[in-house]
Amino acid sequence: MYNQTEIIKDTTDLGPDGELVINMGPQHPATHGVLHLVVTLNGETIKKIEPHLGYIHRSIEKMCERLSYRQFIYVTSRMDYLSSHINNTACALLIEKGMQIEVPERAKVVRTILNELTRIASHELWIGAMAMDLGAFTPFFYAFREREMITDIMEDTCGARLTMNYIVPGGLMYDIHPNFQTKVKAFVKQFKEKVTEYEDLVTGNIIFQSRTKGVGVLTAEDAISYGCSGPVARASGVSCDMRKIAPYDAYDRVEFDEVIETAGDSFARYIVRVKEMNQSIRIIEQLIDNIPEGEFVGKTKNVLKLNKGEFYQRVETARGEFGVFIVSEGGTTPYRIKFRSPGFSNLSVLNHIAKGSKIGDLMATMGTLDLVIPDIDR
Amino acid sequence: MFLKDYISDVYNGVASLLKGMRKTGYYFTHSKEIITEQYPDNRATLKLADRFKGEVVMPHDDNNEHTCTGCTACELACPNGTIKIITKFDVTPEGKKKKAIDAFIYRLEMCTLCNLCITACPSDAIKMVPNFEHSVFDRSKLTKVLNKPGSKIKEGIE
Repeated sequence: MYNQTEIIKDTTDLGPDGELVINMGPQHPATHGVLHLVVTLNGETIKKIEPHLGYIHRSIEKMCERLSYRQFIYVTSRMDYLSSHINNTACALLIEKGMQIEVPERAKVVRTILNELTRIASHELWIGAMAMDLGAFTPFFYAFREREMITDIMEDTCGARLTMNYIVPGGLMYDIHPNFQTKVKAFVKQFKEKVTEYEDLVTGNIIFQSRTKGVGVLTAEDAISYGCSGPVARASGVSCDMRKIAPYDAYDRVEFDEVIETAGDSFARYIVRVKEMNQSIRIIEQLIDNIPEGEFVGKTKNVLKLNKGEFYQRVETARGEFGVFIVSEGGTTPYRIKFRSPGFSNLSVLNHIAKGSKIGDLMATMGTLDLVIPDIDR
Repeated sequence: MFLKDYISDVYNGVASLLKGMRKTGYYFTHSKEIITEQYPDNRATLKLADRFKGEVVMPHDDNNEHTCTGCTACELACPNGTIKIITKFDVTPEGKKKKAIDAFIYRLEMCTLCNLCITACPSDAIKMVPNFEHSVFDRSKLTKVLNKPGSKIKEGIE
């Protein structure tokens, strides 16, 4: 048993080299969830960061092994809840690939539009939350104003705001809402007008720039060796966009640029995300007037059974490469399922890039990695 | 040279801050463009999307009739075991036995609102409604029996 004086003595004991160990999280406003970082400090300089996971582990992979191929898709919305559409798409694509289900063109185009809307919504939320981590409260509301338009579109068409579960093997659960096209066009128009406000408020802001430029620099070699993907790797100059490398749905017929920055610091990661939103708008503009008529779901059997074998499908979520791996024994449920989530690899690089910097910079570094904890800790 | 850089840094910094403040000032003076909704006060005008998935209900017509045959397709489609159907056998006027539902038990606290039961239903007996104020004082109140007392199946639904 410790008495009070001993506890105080313990915390002030700095160890052999004057080290101080502090716990950041699991209840910390900037860790966006229940991430627990054990930070070893020397004065204000970070010596080591150790992420502790397990606070929100729901054993989703094991749960999915109990559920049929139609049922397990909804669970994946609960992993990376900010790109739930894209996760659902990955699972649906895998089943379609494994069972050779024909997907109607209409479903493909609508899926692509919804995926891009999800990406914009995710990046909008990230910009707001990131600016708030660095002490700017206003951009949060500006970002949420545009995000609200997207959630309205989702609410009308999919029936939910965050965990949509709109995508089924073979296409879509039901047809798009009649006002889908007009609402998306209104959103595109408003977004183009208002995106300059973020530039004024955040990008050009001297405080934001000096807090992010040169902070948390990740080189291209390290990004590859740590398995980073998405905007984190692209800000370091690694080309890793799954939409370009392995096009799925309607991505092979649209024109867009893969945004690549070379600086590798926190500011570059911010710029990549802002530019990516503009590219998403470009994709939506090309597709929104050309939604083909026809069926919204292909013909599927009542009970889905994957052939015996191993299947893998990867997509590009707002955070990076998301992969689904299924081992099937030929039954109605997967024998083994594994998700490759982008957040886990992106978190693993945190110790490497934040080591040696000051504790104040940890917020900027961690914020720009865009961590969603339920995605890391499934 | 050092002084020149220093002054230009200060000038650019202040200019960038003022640029951002101008945006804030614009919305301060143009309060009509703010879209905040005052939720509990706007209940009368609040309209949710008609597809909004809030709760599963079983629609009944004026004769207190539903279209659920008790085929348990929704029970099998549900990933969480939210739905439990207890069936019974009704005796028709011709003396034949006919399967019918005794109780359609729906556990809202376990429901993830994934819509799989609605798409599985062959006779459109259940649907989602945009209710979202689900808070109750006791958890047991979230376990609901969807078929109304005394209700029976509509004529002609097999």
